Amino acid sequence: MSVQPQHHASENPSVHDHNDHKTLSEQNAADYWQANLRLLAKLLMVWFAVSFGCAILLVDWLDQFTFFGFKLGFWFAQQGAIYVFVALIFIYAWRIQVIERQFGVDDDAEEDSL
Amino acid sequence: MSTQLLTYLFVGASFALYIGIAVWSRAGSTKDFYVAGGGVHPVVNGMATAADWMSAASFISMAGIISFMGRDGSVYLLGWTGGYVLLALLLAPYLRKFGRFTVPDFIGERYYSKTARLVAVICLIFVSFTYVAGQMRGVGIVFSRFLEVDVATGVIIGMAVVFMYAVLGGMKGITYTQVAQYCVLIFAYMVPAVFISIMITGNPIPQLGFGSEVADGSGLSVLQKLDSVLTDLGFSTYTQGSKSTMDVFAITAALMFGTAGLPHVLVRFFTVPKVSDARKSAGYALAFIAILYTTAPAVASFARLNLVDTVHNTAYEQAPQWFTNWETTGLVGWQDKNHDGLMQYSAGADNEVKIDRDIMVLANPEIADLPGWVIALVAAGGVAAALSTAAGLLLVISSSVSHDLLKQTLMPTITEKQELLFARIAAAVAVCIAGLFGIYPPAFVAQVVAFAFGLAAASLFPAIVLGIFSKRVNKQGAIAGMLLGLIFTFVYILYFKFISPELNSAENWLLGISPEGIGFIGMLLNIIAAFGVSHFTAPPPIEVQDLVDDIRIPSGAAVAHSH
Repeated sequence: MSVQPQHHASENPSVHDHNDHKTLSEQNAADYWQANLRLLAKLLMVWFAVSFGCAILLVDWLDQFTFFGFKLGFWFAQQGAIYVFVALIFIYAWRIQVIERQFGVDDDAEEDSL
Repeated sequence: MSTQLLTYLFVGASFALYIGIAVWSRAGSTKDFYVAGGGVHPVVNGMATAADWMSAASFISMAGIISFMGRDGSVYLLGWTGGYVLLALLLAPYLRKFGRFTVPDFIGERYYSKTARLVAVICLIFVSFTYVAGQMRGVGIVFSRFLEVDVATGVIIGMAVVFMYAVLGGMKGITYTQVAQYCVLIFAYMVPAVFISIMITGNPIPQLGFGSEVADGSGLSVLQKLDSVLTDLGFSTYTQGSKSTMDVFAITAALMFGTAGLPHVLVRFFTVPKVSDARKSAGYALAFIAILYTTAPAVASFARLNLVDTVHNTAYEQAPQWFTNWETTGLVGWQDKNHDGLMQYSAGADNEVKIDRDIMVLANPEIADLPGWVIALVAAGGVAAALSTAAGLLLVISSSVSHDLLKQTLMPTITEKQELLFARIAAAVAVCIAGLFGIYPPAFVAQVVAFAFGLAAASLFPAIVLGIFSKRVNKQGAIAGMLLGLIFTFVYILYFKFISPELNSAENWLLGISPEGIGFIGMLLNIIAAFGVSHFTAPPPIEVQDLVDDIRIPSGAAVAHSH
């Protein structure tokens, strides 16, 4: 199932269309939101673990290990965490789209990118 | 051809390119002016965001700061990239679905309040102006160092160019010039980095060379050698930190949440066609940014090692060529305290060598013995980095004035044509004010740029995130939260930086957190106040709760293209 693309009156910000997603049951929308929150929680745990965890709180302990010539904690702080950040965003973009299709709330059917 | 002439040629050619793009992409409507028509491809937007984001500070100063701070410098690398994860996961898709023009637009509608909109406008203007002043100064400095014109002339030339494409083209002109500026700046950053990596380690990839052995037969890796030479000279170990863990945590958090709350970055995600594009676009933006941000720490370590190797205990007559070249600018200097004719570099009072942190990137091409065109390229790259960020900031300032202040609050009856005219006038005025800040920098500018992040983290970020993830936070809660966060952070910084700077040390700080990191506490206070006050006041009206439901669902955000 898929919703019809509905065009916001975006030239006129004062208009608020109450019937934006009337074809969706409210339960479906709520379930989608819960699935999204679970995915966000997982990814943000990784985000926290590599930055505040490995690169700050555990950095001295991790420094006893060597990784490609770097002390591991130092590598996370100046290289590794950044690579993980990039990966996290693309993983989110990919996983959430799968979930959206499952719940029929994706925006694929809508106007394509340039 | 002389380096000087090449530099004029490169900088001039890049300006001609930016102005050409501006003329080609003139804005015809407020929608063009505010959000580039809303049809920007996610990769293009990602590239523009990267240029928007990477300022003169990222391009010129960051590697140098890390070079002197060692592991403590990681706060900038982590903070200024980790914020994009929050942006992509918690903000950009929902703001795109909301589908209006500015950040105060969202806050004003979600919290059904003109007061909330005005508080957001104040936060935005405050954050953006502190930031833009530093950019114009950056343009002036690059001009004065590479083209030997004075700073004021440099700033005026920079203003004229930004004026051309920001006032004419609005977001549309800025988007496409930023793409060109990204290409110029990343190429200018990578070429010297690759050569200096080859020179020191034999590995052409700086990110790997940074962990490799130094190509001098010592068998030590770059970082091991750096640790040993620096401790010999009395400096702290490069790969260990000297800031407290609590402070590093708070500064990183303030920079991350602040990055995610910066209006000139957020507004870029209003320009893509779909919600899913906003997410992907944030991914591309961070990937483009990461190229520079993973190279910078490598450049930092190479440059520091090379500095010690070639300068320390070298007779002044045999000083490397770049050292004497840059001496005239005052960025490096030597004072023969013990009259032995040798340059001693150390952490103690016997240090004879003065090194400005900006030299680490600016002098890189000369350190690596690269030809004149690379030096010219670095000059063009520095100007591109400063101009692209300045333009993005000027745009959010002008749109918050013409759209939020005039159209939505003070003069709701103006036509679209008049609004567009006001937007152009506001942009022109903002360019002039920014230029004045660049020519006559108030003494506090350099100090406060870093605090723009703390203020954004403590004011805008929580208001936006709570507006999406909570239906219960209401007008009173959001306004109380933003004001508490902003005032608390502002007063703490003001107290330690300007009122009692003599007390600015770890034992006097709240929980051991420096003014740089206090935005994190401000953010927590904002969130507590928002929930607390909302709990005791009426929930948001039903249509606002519907609005929240609506922005949580990606479908239905497509924009109607008018052409």
